[in-house]
Amino acid sequence: MTVTDRTITAPEETLALPAGPAVAHRPLGVFTRPQGSEGWTSWLFTVDHKRIGIMYGAAAMFFFLVGGAEALFIRLQLATPNGSVIGAGTYNGVFTMHGVTMVFLVIMPMAAAFANYLLPLQVGARDVAFPRLNAFSFWCFLAGGLLLVSSIFIGGWFQNAPDGGWFNYAPNSGLPFSPSKGIDFYAVGLQITGIASLVSSINLIVTVLNMRTKGMSFFRMPVLTWMLLITQFLLLFAIPVITVALFLLMFDRLWDANFFNVEAGADPLLWQHLFWIFGHPEVYILILPAFGIVSEIIPTFSRKPLFGYHFMVASGIAIGFMGWGVWAHHMFTSGIGPLAVAAFSVSTMFIAVPTGVKILNWLATMYRGRLRFTTPMLYAVGVVSMFTIGGLSGVTHAIAPSDTQQTDTYYIVAHFHYVIFGGALLGLFGGFHFWWPKAFGYKLNEAWGKAAFWILLIGFNFTFGPMHILGLQGMSRRISTYRADEGFALWNMVATIAAFVIAIGVAMFLWNIYASTRKWQRAGRPDVGPDPWDARGLEWMTASPVPEHNFDSEIEVERLDDFWHRKYGVDENHRVVRTATAEEVAHDGSNTKVHLPSPSYWPIVLGGGILLVGYGLIYNLWLAAAGLVLLVGAIYGWILEPADDPDDAGHHDDHHDDGDDHGDPAGNGGPDGESASAAAPADTEEAATVG
Amino acid sequence: MAAETPATEAAAHAEEHHTSTGISNEKLAMWVFLGSECLLFGGLISTYMFNKGRIGPNDIGPNDVFDIPFTSVSSFVLLMSSLTMVFAVSAVARGDIRGNRIWLATTAALGATFVAGQVYEFTAFYSEGLGFTTNLFGSAFYALTGFHGAHVTIGIIMLMSLYVMSMRGNLGPERAETVEIIGLYWHFVDVVWIVIFTIVYLFPQ
Repeated sequence: MTVTDRTITAPEETLALPAGPAVAHRPLGVFTRPQGSEGWTSWLFTVDHKRIGIMYGAAAMFFFLVGGAEALFIRLQLATPNGSVIGAGTYNGVFTMHGVTMVFLVIMPMAAAFANYLLPLQVGARDVAFPRLNAFSFWCFLAGGLLLVSSIFIGGWFQNAPDGGWFNYAPNSGLPFSPSKGIDFYAVGLQITGIASLVSSINLIVTVLNMRTKGMSFFRMPVLTWMLLITQFLLLFAIPVITVALFLLMFDRLWDANFFNVEAGADPLLWQHLFWIFGHPEVYILILPAFGIVSEIIPTFSRKPLFGYHFMVASGIAIGFMGWGVWAHHMFTSGIGPLAVAAFSVSTMFIAVPTGVKILNWLATMYRGRLRFTTPMLYAVGVVSMFTIGGLSGVTHAIAPSDTQQTDTYYIVAHFHYVIFGGALLGLFGGFHFWWPKAFGYKLNEAWGKAAFWILLIGFNFTFGPMHILGLQGMSRRISTYRADEGFALWNMVATIAAFVIAIGVAMFLWNIYASTRKWQRAGRPDVGPDPWDARGLEWMTASPVPEHNFDSEIEVERLDDFWHRKYGVDENHRVVRTATAEEVAHDGSNTKVHLPSPSYWPIVLGGGILLVGYGLIYNLWLAAAGLVLLVGAIYGWILEPADDPDDAGHHDDHHDDGDDHGDPAGNGGPDGESASAAAPADTEEAATVG
Repeated sequence: MAAETPATEAAAHAEEHHTSTGISNEKLAMWVFLGSECLLFGGLISTYMFNKGRIGPNDIGPNDVFDIPFTSVSSFVLLMSSLTMVFAVSAVARGDIRGNRIWLATTAALGATFVAGQVYEFTAFYSEGLGFTTNLFGSAFYALTGFHGAHVTIGIIMLMSLYVMSMRGNLGPERAETVEIIGLYWHFVDVVWIVIFTIVYLFPQ
């Protein structure tokens, strides 16, 4: 019977997870696999890349609200001279947690949401290469995020929050200067989210390199796929560097090592180098996904192909390489010597070139296009303009004498908010509006969406624009208050009011989600169609929301923007004419014979084990030991749970926990290497019985 | 890709996955992971080089504790384990199950010998007065070599798991690639040791 079915669905065989009848569920002792795709438990155990992507997005939105609340506290404290809303000590915790949350728990996972949801779809794959590891990445990220955020509450309000700033310079981060548990939370929490990023990057790199559909050569991949791929490579090589730095810091604080102990002769500059060798690629990790999103949105709403596709990809790759050669521009005032300063000045000016290429290509794409200013398009244009401002103030930092003046002032704060908020975050919000119908089956309300965009844009510019002026006036960042006679009062008040305007914009964005969902549900859940925006990528070539199996059959790609070319042709006058509707071209999701990997209990259990180890390292090593037991148990559960597919699927998620063990501070990743080998028996038994 | 021997048959079987690069997902993931590991060890080695000389004139330093002949022997043992790993991969690909088991066990034993040597060395250094917290050299030395030792230990656990699989009859030629992937990890750990041994022990202090 198996054979017959497989013959019928022959085209699917070449996809990663072949079609075929669902295999009878055969529990192996206590190790069964969860079943079903309904109800909230199905989300806990899911290995579906789309659900994992949605969970990444939801978790990132939650942390965004936390980080946003912290930002409002900062602005309240600074609204007037001699502010006394929160004390200086709390202020240190609040701005540190704001930075850490927004960088590591908001922008990165929001980008991961798009990467998880869209990468397999854009390359025409069934799922990522290792679905269970993908689920583990999410739970591990959530564990690290919750551990970090819990530091706000544990032991009193902001008593144990990290307070060294997001870059946490040594020796300020040492026990003598920061005796609370805060920096420990920072070191352990970021190592845990680092494991998640590393595992995820390996998974997604293999997915893009190995699971492209027929004909999907590298230069037929959408620009978003390219940018996300480059981001994953940056993560792959940058995460271990910060892991080393955090590792050393943790050893110093928990076990009295001397790495940043100046008394013992250490040079605290080591931290700065390690941090920024990670930190500058990290900047591109934050922005490249948004660049990819903008590169999808602008061609769609200009009704033109992306101008200079190859240049766009090449400039992304160039950024990926050059991003490693500019880190010391964060350290111009650290005394690294005139030669190093000159070299890093030049390389920093140079990296503006590929970024400029992108800006000009987006403009050229819009030039003489038939523009439709939908909400996603507004966000995309917002990114192009706001990022240009942030990029230009960035170039002023490349000029070392000017940078020396600006270092640690609000000018820097203004700059990086223009690139991270005005670039990355606006891009990701645009992406939410653009792919919302694909993920959920209905569009967000355009009127509310546009209103929220304009409110956000206005609030953003009046919050961070004045900070350029404050910085040039000499206002230091990270100082909890200022005197009335320093002349900072006006613009600080403007920034504070505008920060609440941003909060209103975010509230409108969230209300839009709620209201649009209600409206759609009340209207009887009408089908939005596979391709509501008349877009170009393969993800639009299947039903909305995307069925669990993605595509009904394997797609063969013949050119860049293949889906677009299936809808449009050229008539005898060389005019572009529509030749087919999206419904005619797209799959309707009716193929129910596709066999998918079963959900699994173990990724979330493994994440829980890591969470316990994290708290244990900070508070009590016995707790860490308990976490280790849970962790090892989860790894064995992972290995021993029955493979769910006699032919194939089981292979796809073995092996790769190797990815997490070395990012693991306690070296307790030890046994997971085992799954690489020991995962195999279950597969073999399955294969033997079926074959 | 004629299926002449079990080995090529296994290879042909592996290729049924139709990956875009022709390399299986598992093997590609291991390569990608090892790329990341390079940066991890790179960071630790740089930290060591940066810190090893930062000790006071009367502090205990590299020249006071290192026993080059002893460590050379244990390094040689570790390098030989790479050779036996190659034999193990070759045996399983040929379908020589018994040979595969012997070489896997030998590799694990050689690795364990190396780790035992490291434990002995750490104990000896500690008794000579070099603790993890003694000075910067101590912190950097133990962090780097201990980290590498943890990698070797993980490798030994993986090899032993392969051995158990083989005893249960689950490690035939069709799984040759699993052994090969573990082998990749093992060779990487050995290569890293060559770098560490040269930089930590052999460079003039």
